Order: sequence, then structure tokens, then C-alpha cells
Amino acid sequence: MIALTINGTRHEVAADPLAPLSDTLREGLGLTGTKEGCNAGDCGACTVLMEGAQVCACLISTAQAEGAEITTVEAQDPLLGRLRQAFLARGAAQCGICTPGMLMASLDLLRRNAAPDRAAVEDALGGVLCRCTGYQQIIEAVLDAARGDIAAPIATEAGAAVGAPLPRVDGAAKVAGTERYGADAAPDGALWLRAVRSPHAHARFTLGDLDAARDRLGLAAILSARDVPGRNAFGIMPDLKDQPVFADGYVRYRGEAVLGLLGTRDAVAAVRDAELPIAWDPQPALHGVAAALAEGAPRLHDHAPDNVLVRGHLRTGDVDAAFATATARAEGNFRTAFVEHAYIEPEAGFAIPGAGGAMTIAACTQAPVMDREEAARVLGVPDEAVRIIPTACGGGFGGKLDVSVQPLLAVAARVTNRPVRMTYARTESMASSTKRHPATLHARMAADAQGRFTAFALEGDFNTGAYASWGPTVANRVPVHASGPYRVPNVWNRTRAVYTNDTPAGAFRGFGVPQAAIATEALVDDLAEALGMDRWEIRRRNAIGKGDITPSGQVLHASAGLPECLDALKPEWDAMLARVAAHNATQRRHRLGAGIACMWYGCGNTALSNPSTMRITLARDGTLTLFNGAVDIGQGSTTVIAQIAADALGLPIDALRQVIGDTALTPDAGKTSASRQTFVSGRAAQDAARALRARILALANAGEAARLALDGARLTIADTHTTRVIDLAALDADLTAEARYDPPTVALDADGQGIPYATYGFAAQIALVRVDTALATVKVEEIVAAQDVGRAVNPLLIAGQIHGGIAQGLGLALMEEFIPGRTENLHDYLIPTAGDMPRIRIHLVEDPEPEGPFGAKGVGEPALVPTAPAILSAIRHATGVRMTEVPVLPHRLHERIGGGEPPPNPLPSLAPGD
Amino acid sequence: MTAYHRPRTLHDALAIRAATGALPLAGGTDIHPLRTARAAWGDPWRPEILDLSAVPGLDGIEESAEGWRIGARTTWTTIAEAPLPPLFDGLRAAAREIGGRQVQNRGTIAGNLVTASPAGDGIPNLLALDAEVELATATGTRRLPVGAFLTGYRATALAAGEIVTALRVPRCDGARGRFAKLGARRYLVISIAMAAGVIRMEGDRIAEARIAVGACSPVARRLPTLEEALIGLHPSEMPRVPQPAHLAPLAPIGDVRATAAYRADAAVVLLRDLLAGFAR
Ligand SMILES: Cc1cc2nc3c(=O)[nH]c(=O)nc-3n(C[C@H](O)[C@H](O)[C@H](O)COP(=O)(O)OP(=O)(O)OC[C@H]3O[C@@H](n4cnc5c(N)ncnc54)[C@H](O)[C@@H]3O)c2cc1C
Ligand code: FES
Ligand code: FES
Repeated sequence: MIALTINGTRHEVAADPLAPLSDTLREGLGLTGTKEGCNAGDCGACTVLMEGAQVCACLISTAQAEGAEITTVEAQDPLLGRLRQAFLARGAAQCGICTPGMLMASLDLLRRNAAPDRAAVEDALGGVLCRCTGYQQIIEAVLDAARGDIAAPIATEAGAAVGAPLPRVDGAAKVAGTERYGADAAPDGALWLRAVRSPHAHARFTLGDLDAARDRLGLAAILSARDVPGRNAFGIMPDLKDQPVFADGYVRYRGEAVLGLLGTRDAVAAVRDAELPIAWDPQPALHGVAAALAEGAPRLHDHAPDNVLVRGHLRTGDVDAAFATATARAEGNFRTAFVEHAYIEPEAGFAIPGAGGAMTIAACTQAPVMDREEAARVLGVPDEAVRIIPTACGGGFGGKLDVSVQPLLAVAARVTNRPVRMTYARTESMASSTKRHPATLHARMAADAQGRFTAFALEGDFNTGAYASWGPTVANRVPVHASGPYRVPNVWNRTRAVYTNDTPAGAFRGFGVPQAAIATEALVDDLAEALGMDRWEIRRRNAIGKGDITPSGQVLHASAGLPECLDALKPEWDAMLARVAAHNATQRRHRLGAGIACMWYGCGNTALSNPSTMRITLARDGTLTLFNGAVDIGQGSTTVIAQIAADALGLPIDALRQVIGDTALTPDAGKTSASRQTFVSGRAAQDAARALRARILALANAGEAARLALDGARLTIADTHTTRVIDLAALDADLTAEARYDPPTVALDADGQGIPYATYGFAAQIALVRVDTALATVKVEEIVAAQDVGRAVNPLLIAGQIHGGIAQGLGLALMEEFIPGRTENLHDYLIPTAGDMPRIRIHLVEDPEPEGPFGAKGVGEPALVPTAPAILSAIRHATGVRMTEVPVLPHRLHERIGGGEPPPNPLPSLAPGD
Repeated sequence: MTAYHRPRTLHDALAIRAATGALPLAGGTDIHPLRTARAAWGDPWRPEILDLSAVPGLDGIEESAEGWRIGARTTWTTIAEAPLPPLFDGLRAAAREIGGRQVQNRGTIAGNLVTASPAGDGIPNLLALDAEVELATATGTRRLPVGAFLTGYRATALAAGEIVTALRVPRCDGARGRFAKLGARRYLVISIAMAAGVIRMEGDRIAEARIAVGACSPVARRLPTLEEALIGLHPSEMPRVPQPAHLAPLAPIGDVRATAAYRADAAVVLLRDLLAGFAR
């Protein structure tokens, strides 16, 4: 027994003295407010105070905590209380998985330094990673708390929720540390499941006597492909389930699950994989698209003889003729890397078997209904037999659209007929889960003498890794978007998603569009340079707007605010250019550069039905409930959809409670992907709430403009002349309305012509960077973002999405590169920290979308897309180097700046004012 | 369960170390991540542990006529916040750049040294400080220069039964230290390359220069020809001195963080920056 004093209370706990304190807190004492994102000191999610100083609980041996005073997020403390309030008011908790660590690091700071400046806050938070917020709102919250200057909660009246910067409705638990994520709860007596994964990228294998191994190792079971009761296959595409739950004699990537070990936690953890009866026969691996497309490359899947999973295509006009007659032409080859989602919460959950084939699975997810289909197929039961209860989701960004733990848990719980739980280790998560597709792009673009774009062509290969996942989606979305948010009459885009022996690539914020934008925006800069035009000017001249036709032949009838976005940026663009010119006139080593990029992004699936259904019920006891199947992965849909529903109904948002994303209780609101929840599910919620309002008005015989008020079970309907009261308790039944919304699209023909999306988001960003040309390091100093959101339902949450998107775009541009087997942890895979973020200013443009709820459309993905190209544009401005490969790690930029040369005289490091 | 010792005296600690060979554990900021990394690919590791955290006298900084004694278990935060003379400015700068605040609050100077990572930020500073390692066994103590203690890539001269009890830094009156670190992000970043230096002036001329570079060879290295070339110069002349030829003791490699060629170039730039800093 080890005696620990946690938040002033003494506990005795049995634990291995070497076990990390974070583990003992969570598993030994049930104090799950302290999170574990890596167990290696790299993420800071486990930050607690030890003797008042912030430490990573995952690096403290439990024995070392004996006798020390430990403070966790569960503590009651006035200063901590103030921080919680400030975090909530500022929107500093999105998914909330980093919030306990952030709060503790902040508490440590404010106790040491009651009046910190921004730099001191960054220093204090530098060891806690946040993947959602871009840190801005967190830093502001800490400064607010220090000043005691915390915005009062906003009280909204009926009809005033939309447009208000409301704190998230599900935020209290996140700042209290009581939110339950995938690893935070499990049934008593659940067995632990650990997957044994292939260390080889490509291999055949045979299994020996698993039963004997199970007995020897003291396990409850060892699962393999033969234990899968239904089809040993899953995958996103309805007709292509190409990924096995457990590999069957053949693995196609490093990290593929081969066996499942079931037993006590200690027993499964103690197993050495090398002792298991697996005989490996490694095969040469196809790393990268070129290897997979090479003559004679082995075929990785029978259905793809040339290793090409799918081709995408869009063609309009006559590209060749347009290039032949153009005044200016640009061309380039571009390369991007695998990018890891790096949500701070690794995949986790549990499954509980029921009678008659039933199975309940609780896990972090972005797509409960798809999880249900996948689990049911694997179990060989009808969909209805499976219930998915999403836990809170500690970040997703597309990575939790695919199943991870779900089919493994389902099989394990079925085979043993016992509850089973599983939590991925960080490396397991990174090695096995999907990534952003690496792209190899060849693009060309042309313009006439006035700088009007005349043609664009792109050939793009996307490394989809070992399994299809969202490869087809990427291959289809890119051709539609690749020419950028510009009027281009002649376009020819061709893409391929190619199977390799790399980690499967899937969905990641932007579905291939961020990669393509890197190429397109560089070519736009090339054309500006060739024509002697300003980079803002050429974009403004070509910006697609209302009434224009897209390369898919779609007329943009409404909500196309890119011109307004660019206009909003113009004064700051001019100021930035002036600042750069003044600085660079005297500075040779540390150069400033300004860059600009635009983007557009279709909300929802590409030319595919993607409906959402919402139900709202006013019960006889007066409770008003929205049955909302949209899972909130931190982006704020629970809040935004509630704002929409409340205003559509005409009752204050406080009156609304919600049931979120439980497949047994909520109608299908589709996936949290493709920036569709505000637009599609929000619209369904609006329609449902309006229908409920119509029923109420009909009951009261009241007119459209009537005002509603709810007091217990008394519903008051006040019309201009009359006021009626409905006693809900006296009704025969609850009042319920349901609505389904499917954004109108038209299928794409063989040339990619049709109406792929009902609406598009638009954005432009400008970036100011500082390049140390001697070391070739880049610091992004400033980003100004302008984004057309249709209608800003919640400006606070939108700012958070934009900050977070910029942070991920910055990572994509400058530091993120997943290399299987080499950057499989958050030590070697770098994402931006609190000190890497620029100052950010935002202009919201509201060009209402008639299809959207209150004019709103998607926000989540668009913010990321322009960031990387704007940074590259700025690097080029600073150095003259046109980088065509991301991330722009220092050595890559150095090579291009002309590495090896000693710096010119006079020595720049001695230059005045440097 | 494998044993976990947490002795309360140095005597007991040394006796346990001698009897069992248990692995010393200080801040755990290297040991715990290593356990996690091994477990991730099914290689669980639970060594017998000698936890030094309850042993008195192993932490804190003492000054004497001879110089300074930095206890083995002194954390980076303690070093950063200690009232030390400018000689330690480089070590203190490194202390603020190791990991994030959480790691600085736990990670220790001896842990950094014994891990002997080529990218250990403490090590080039200790080389530039001409530090010695104080080692103890149940039967006695010895001292080794840091350069001799580090025997290769993640390898040291730590003998069976031995623990590090302190780092000893000799006086160097009037000298100043500096440190320059290069990484691909602001916080929590392992160095691509780093340079540390100690400079002692006589009048307005360099009388002594000790310069070391890390992350560019299996073990951080002093650069003797560069050091010699600096003697007698005015500080303002120093930045132009470093040349690629001075890097002869180094052997930069390419890895996920950078190419070998970049490391070599960056090392020269870092050295120039480091020396320019002395001139300010
Ligand atoms: C997120 C993160 C970021 C990091 N960033 C950096 C960085 O930027 N720069 C950097 O240099 N390092 C970094 N580190 C590594 C680490 O923090 C340092 O090397 C630290 O100083 C190690 O000290 P420790 O006390 O925690 O070592 P421990 O993990 O306790 O021990 C490390 C090794 O030293 C041995 N040891 C410890 N004390 C003694 C002793 N008294 N006698 C004999 N042997 C001993 C142990 O047996 C072990 O082999 C980072 C680590 C993490 C987790
Ligand atoms: S869990 Fe401790 S730092 Fe990530
Ligand atoms: S809110 Fe910080 S990681 Fe999600």
C-alpha cells in the first residue's frame, strides 16, 4: 500500500511503486480528471501539481508521490475556480481533453506569478499540447483569470441565441474535469484487451498454438482472425470493406492488428510479443506511391490489380487550347507528407455483451451510426442489435470517423461474453490509425494578360496506405476543389488514390483539399509574379462570387463571400507589405515575408446523400429535449445546434436539454465530418424545432409572430392580442416533431459535372513570417483570417475553430511529418505548442446561405486550408524560395536557400538592430 | 513484483546499488518514456529500481573555494532559478529550454548526463564548464571529467555499484557562459543542434575559451582548434572565427529532425551566434 495525499485527502492505494502516478490516480483511485495522452511526458495532459509545482503525472513513479502534496483538477480552490470560469467564458476548452492539464499548468503559474504577461503564460503552458484551440483562447483565459476580469455569463432571451458568443453548453464538465472520455469509465470486472500489432509493413505470418500460449501466459483468451463471428472486414466505403479486424495470415502495414490479448490488465501488459507463436515471413514493402505504381510491384489487394484504389476526374473546357494561348503559365511539382491527427485522446472505449446477440459499445467516435454498421457486420448481427454510446471525444479531426477499438471490442466481448475495455497507447494510436494522405501533385495554371485565370490542370497521386478508408472521398473531392476558389473556365483534374504498405490514410480536416491548395496557391503566386501583379490583386480579380460558375458547372446562387473576405483583408495586406519592405531594407539575415492564400470548401459529402434527422420533444412534464445524434468532438455542434433549435422554436436555450448521439435514443444525424453538422444537422434541428413551433401555434390558434414562454409544464403563447396558456400535463401525449434534411446535390457525371455540394465555405488568410535565413527557421508572427461563414451562429466557437485550423495548418506547413516506424510518438512527431502560434485576427464575413439554418454553413475545415499556402507564400516573399514540399523543416528550407555558404559580410548576426 | 527500493540514506542507496545493481531513478523523465516506448511494441520492461528521490544531500547547489557542487538530483528548475554567476548563464539557459516546465521541475542534471543522449542539452554546457562527475560506491568516491565519463552513444563510465552524487564545476573567475539551441518548434523540442561556450577575458581580450557542440556527434564534443583560434581576440572578432574546419571532431548524422549537411551548416551558424552573444 502506498499512501498518497491528493487534494488534501489521504488515500491508501495498492500499486506498483514504479507505476506512473497518472495511472494510479485514474485506475487506482478513480480520479480520472487527470488525463493520459502519451505516458511519455510529451503532451502534458496528465499535468498535476506536486508540492505546488506542475509535473507530468505520467513521469512520476507512484512511490515518489508518497508524502508529497498532490493537487489535481478535482481540487477545490478559489484560484482554480476562477481559471475554470475564465476557460469556459473564453471558449478555451473545445474537446476538453487538454483542459485539466492546462488548468493545472495555469494554476502553477498564477500561484508563482499573479500578474503574468503573455510570454510568461506561454512559458507556463509550453508543456501542454492542445490540438483544438490553437492556444489563443486558453492564453486569453489565463490572462483574464489573473486580472480577475472574466466575462459574465451571457443570458439569452428567446430568439437571441443565434449570433451570440455563448460559452459551450457542455463546457462545465470539461473545466471541472468530470467529463467522461473513452478511457474514463468502464464496467466493473471488464477484461482488458490489448492488440498485438505487426512490426512489419508487409509480411505473411502463421500462428502457432494460441490455446497453449493463452494458458502459459495466464490470459482469458487470445483472439485472432478465426474468432471474428461475422465478416472479418470493415471500411468506410459501402462496397469496399477491405480492412480486416484481425489480419488473416497477411499484413499490409506496420501497426495492423494480428492478435487480441484478453485478461487482467497486468497479464496483458506483461506479455512480450516476441514470445507469442507468430512466425513472420516479411515481404518487401511498397513505401510511397512510386513504389506501388512501379512496374512489377506486387498487388496488395485483388480488387486493385495496379494498386490504384480509385481515380477522380473533372474536366471542363479545353485546357490545352487555353494553355497554348495564355499570356502567363505556371507549373510545378509538389509533395506533402503523412500528417497525424494527434488528437490528445488516444482511442478508447468498452463493450458490453447482451443477450441474443446484442452489443453495447461506448467509445470516442465521430460517427456512431457508421460504427454500429461496422460492429454489426463484424459480429454478424443486424444493425439494431448494436448500440453505440459515444463517450466524450477528446479530439477527432477526421481520425475518429473510422472505427478503431470498436470492432476489436465487439469481437472480444462476444467471444468471452464479458465486458471488455481497451485504451490505445499513443504509439499504437499513431501507428495504426489513419493519416492525412501524402500527395504528389503536378499542377499547371495559366492566365491572360489581364491576370484572369484561363486554365488549370492537376494530376495528383494520394497515398492511401494499406486500406481504402476515405481514399475515394479524397480522390473525388480534390478534382472539384483543386483549381481554387477562382473563376477558371478550362480545368482538367485527375487524381488517383494508391494502395501502399504505409499506414492507411483516411479523413483529416479538409479531405485532400489542403494538399491541393498548396499547389494551386503557389501557381497563383507564380502567375502574379510573371505578370507583375500584386498577389492580393490577382486573387481578387479572379475570386469566384455570386452568379459565377464552378468547374463542376455549378452556379453559385448565394453565399459566396470570397470577394468580401479579400476586401476585408486589403488594408492589413497593404500594411503587412509595407512592414516587410521597411524591415527587409535594413535586415539581411532575419527576413520578413507576407503571404496570402484563399480557399473554398464544399460542405457535406461530395454529390452523395448525407441526411441528418433531428427530433425535438416538449414533454408533458415541461422538459424540452433535443434528440441530437450529432457527436460534438469539440468543435461545438452541441452548442450551435441548440442555439439554432432554441431560436427556431422560440424558447430560451437554457430551456433545452439534449440527448446526444446514442444510437438507441437519437435519430441518425450522420457523421461529424465534412463541416456538415452546423449546416446539415443544424438545418434538420431548425426544421424540427419549427415544426414543433407550428404544432404549438396550431394548438393555441396563434399567429407566426407569437412569443412562447415555458414555466414548468405551463406553456404560454402570447400573440399580439391574446395570450394562451397550454397545460402540457393535460395533453394526451408529448409534443414531438422530427425533421430530416439532406442537402440538395446532383450526381457528378464522368467529367465531374454536376452539383457536388449544396453550399461552400470561403476564406482567405494573410500571413507574416520571420525567416532566419542563416538557420532557415521560420516563425509565423501574424495571421489575419477572413472567412465567409454564412451566418456566425456562435462567434466565440467560430473563433476557436479558426484558431485551431490555423494551428493545424501551421503544423502542416512547418513541422508535421508522420513516418511509419520513426515518428510514432509525440516526441518525434511535432505539433505546434503554445509558443509557436502567431497573433491571429479574424474578420467574419456573413453572406447568408439560404439552405443553411439562419443562413449558416460549415466552419470547421475551411480555416485550416489557406494557412499552409499562405505561410509558404510568405516564406517565398521573405527568401525568394518557392518551397514545394511540406513540412518546411529547417533543413529543407536551408537546402533551397543555398546551404553551406557562409553568411555574407558584414556578418548578419552583427547587423545593427538584429 | 520486481523490487523498487526507495532508500532514505546515501549509505543504504549505495548498499542496494552494490548488492542488486538496481537502476537508479531520479526524475524519471527519461526512464518512464523509455518504458512506454518499449511497451508500445510489446516489450514490457520493469527493471529493479533504485529510487534516489528520498536520499538526502543529493540535490541543491553549494559554493566553495574550489567551485560549485551541483547535487546529482538538482532539477533544471532549481538550476534556472539559482543565484549563480554568469559562468552558468549557458547551463541556466539550457535549463529553461529542456522540455517544458513539467520536465524542468522533475528532470535532473545527473539524469541528463547518465542518459548520455547526443541531444542532451545539459552535456555541452557541462563540457564547457569543465565539469567533473562525482561518483560514489559503497566503498568510496571518485571523480571523472565529464568528457571521460561519456564514453559513446548513450554510454557512460558509470560502474556497477556506482551512482552519480554530484557535478563539480571549478571556478573560472570573470568567465561567462552561453548556450544556443536549435529545434523545430518553440517548446518541448529535442535539439537539432546546440552549442555551449564559456569565455574568460583578460582585459578586452579572450584569455580562455571552452566551446562544445551537441547533437552533431554520438557524444557532444569540445572544439579545441576553435577554442585556440579565439585566444587573444577582441570579443567583437569572435563571430567570424568559426569555420566548417573547426567541426572536425564532430560527425553529424541525418535523422528525422534534420540532414547531416544541415546539421554541419547549422552548427557553424550556432557557433557564430553563440560567440556574437558574448560580444553584446
Ligand atoms: C517531454 C520531454 C522533453 C524533454 N526534452 C529534453 C530536452 O529538450 N533536452 C534534454 O536534454 N532532455 C530532454 N528530455 C530528457 C530528460 O528530461 C532529461 O534528460 C532529464 O534531465 C533526465 O533526468 P531525470 O532525473 O528525469 O532522469 P531519469 O529518467 O530519472 O534517469 C535517466 C538516466 O539516468 C540515470 N540516473 C539518474 N540519476 C542518476 C544518478 N544520480 N546516478 C546514476 N545514474 C543516474 C538513470 O538510471 C537513467 O539511466 C526530455 C524529456 C521529456 C519527457
Ligand atoms: S500523458 Fe503525461 S505527458 Fe502525455
Ligand atoms: S481542447 Fe485542447 S486538445 Fe481539445
